[in-house]
Amino acid sequence: MTTAMPLPRLIRLDDYDPVLGSGEVAELRALASHLQGRTVEMVNSTAVGGGVAEILSRLVPILQELGLAIRWDVITGGNDFFEITKAFHNALHGGPYEMPPESFEVFLAYNQQNRARLQLEAEFTVIHDPQPAALIEARRNRSGHWVWRCHIDLSRPNPTVWSFLEPYVIRYDGAIFSSPEFSRQLPIPQYLFYPCIDPLAEKNRELEPELVRATLERYGIDPKRTILTQISRFDRLKDPVGVVRAYQGVKRYLDCQLVLAGGGATDDPEGGAVLEEVRQAAGNDPDIHVLELPPWSALEINALQRGSTVVIQESLREGFGLTVTEALWKKKPVVASAVGGIPTQVIHKHTGMLAHSVEGAAYQIRFLLSNPSIAARLGEQGHEHVREHFVITSNVKRYLTLFLRMLGHS
Amino acid sequence: MREAQQPFHFVTASYVTRISDQKATNLCELSRGLDNSSDASVFYHTFQSLSRLHFLTEGFSNDFAQWVLAACNRAQLAEQLAALDIRDYLSLAELRGDLRRILAEYCQANPQHAEQTAFEPFYFCEGIEVTVPLGFEAWTLEAFRDGLERLSHASIYYHFIASRLRLQLRTNDFSLWLSTSIGLDDLAQRANRIDIYTNTLESARAILVGMVEEELSR
Repeated sequence: MTTAMPLPRLIRLDDYDPVLGSGEVAELRALASHLQGRTVEMVNSTAVGGGVAEILSRLVPILQELGLAIRWDVITGGNDFFEITKAFHNALHGGPYEMPPESFEVFLAYNQQNRARLQLEAEFTVIHDPQPAALIEARRNRSGHWVWRCHIDLSRPNPTVWSFLEPYVIRYDGAIFSSPEFSRQLPIPQYLFYPCIDPLAEKNRELEPELVRATLERYGIDPKRTILTQISRFDRLKDPVGVVRAYQGVKRYLDCQLVLAGGGATDDPEGGAVLEEVRQAAGNDPDIHVLELPPWSALEINALQRGSTVVIQESLREGFGLTVTEALWKKKPVVASAVGGIPTQVIHKHTGMLAHSVEGAAYQIRFLLSNPSIAARLGEQGHEHVREHFVITSNVKRYLTLFLRMLGHS
Repeated sequence: MREAQQPFHFVTASYVTRISDQKATNLCELSRGLDNSSDASVFYHTFQSLSRLHFLTEGFSNDFAQWVLAACNRAQLAEQLAALDIRDYLSLAELRGDLRRILAEYCQANPQHAEQTAFEPFYFCEGIEVTVPLGFEAWTLEAFRDGLERLSHASIYYHFIASRLRLQLRTNDFSLWLSTSIGLDDLAQRANRIDIYTNTLESARAILVGMVEEELSR
C-alpha cells in the first residue's frame, strides 16, 4: 500500500493580501488587465541556487496568474561554459580576466547552441545576466521587445570582458540594473529594478519559534546566546574570512557565536576552495559554526536568520544582496558593507548600519548588541522598507509597468 | 445620503525608474546637473521621494537634501533644500529654480565646499508613469471612504501628492472632488492641510478616513 504525500499548496496572488495589503494586489490586477495573453520569455543560466533563480521561480507563476503567457527557460552548457561565465562574473565585478582568448568563442558557441534550442519568439524577451546575453542574435528584424536584465555591478568592469559583451548589450531595447551605480553609459534606456524576495516563500515565511529553536540546536548553535550570522554562498566577494575577523573583534568584548552558512550554486566552481579558507580562519573556535547547506535549505536559512541577533553582510562587492533583504524582512538589525545594492536597502541609521571595513563592522555590531531598542527600531523600519520596495509583487509591478510603456501605454 | 455631481474615479499610477546618464560628485555638479536634468528627474527626486520613503518621517524629504547631508555632510544646505515644500509649487520649473538658487548661493558663499568630492555620487533618475483605473468609483461620501480604505500606497500618492502638479492647483484630487463635486469645502480644506512631510502615506490615509467618518457622523 502506498501513502499519497500531501501536495504542497501553491501560493496564489490573494495569499499576499494579508502580508502586503489588498490594495497592492488589486493594483497588480489593474495593471495586468491591459496585458492579458501577451507573451513573455525569461531566460537565465540556472534553475536553482542564487538570487536570480529564486526571483524567477516566483515572478513567473505570478505573472502567469495575472494572465500573461509567460515561460521561463534555462540555458544549458558544459563545465567549460560555466567556468568561463564565472570568470566573466568576477571580471565584470572588476577582477582580472585570466581565461584564454578562445574562451570567448566557447561562450558564443554555447549561446548559439541555446539559440537553436530555445523559442525566443515572445513579445517580451527578458535575458538575465551575461551568460545568455548573446542570445540577442536570435532577434530578427527588431521583432518583439528585448530587455537585458543585469543583476551584477557593472560600474567598474574588466575592459576585456566588457568590450566583448557591450556590442551584444546595446542591441537590446533596454537594460535593467539593480542600482544606478551598477549601470554604464549606454545608448539604450536603462531602468532601475530592485531585486526582491518572496515573503511567502519557505525562506521568508513566518516560522514557529519552536522550529527556529530546534533548527539552531540541530546545528549545535545555542539559541540562548547571541548569534551573529552571515548567510552567503562561499565566495571571496562575500568576504567570509572578514566576517570571522569581525566576529573576533566583537568577541573581545561580548559573548557571541558566529554562523556562516552558505549554499552552493550550480554555476559556482570556486565554492569549495573558499569554504576551506573559511574553515582554516575559524580554527578550533567552537562558537564558529560553518554550515555548508544544500540548495534545498530554504527553511533552515529562514530559521537561522530568524534566530539571529544581528545579521551581517560583509561583502567586498555585491550585486544587490538579497540575503540583506531577507534579514530586513525578518526585522533583524543588519550590519552590512556599503557596497553594491546594500546602501539602497540599508539606509544608515534608519534601516540598518553600514560599515566600510571589518573593524567598522565589528564596532557597529557591538553598538547594536549594546543598544537593543535601537536595533529593534532599525529592524522595524527595515521591514517596512522591504515591504515597500523589495518584495516580489513590487518586481511584478515594475515588469508590468515596463511592458505597458513599451506598448505605448502612459 | 448626498450624491456627488461627478463620481470620484480611483486610479493608480505605477512608476518605472529610468537611470539617466547624469551624475554629480560634488555640489557644483549637482547644481549643473539640475540645469540639465529633465522635469521628470526633478519630479522623481522631489515629489516621488515622498512616496518611496513614505514610512520614514524623520530625515529629509527630497533626494537632493538627503544626498547633501549624507554624502556631502552639509547640514545647513540640506535643511534649506529640505525646507522647500512641494505644496508651494505649481510647476517643476519653479521648483527647479529654487533648488538651483539655494545651491548657487551656498556654493558662492562656501567655495571651499562646492567642489569637495562627496562620499558617493548623486545619480539623476526619472520616474516613468503608467496610470490605470482601478475599476471602482465613488458617488457618495461613504463610497469615497470605502475606496480610500482599499487603495494601495501608490494610489494614495497619485491622488494626494502627485496630483498637485497635474492639477496646477494648490490642492489634491481628493480635496478637489470633495469641494467641487460634493460641496464639502471645509472637509476639502482640512484634507488639503494634512501634512505630507510629517505623516507616512498610511497615517495620512488614516487621518483622511477619520475626517470623512466624522463628516458622515454629523
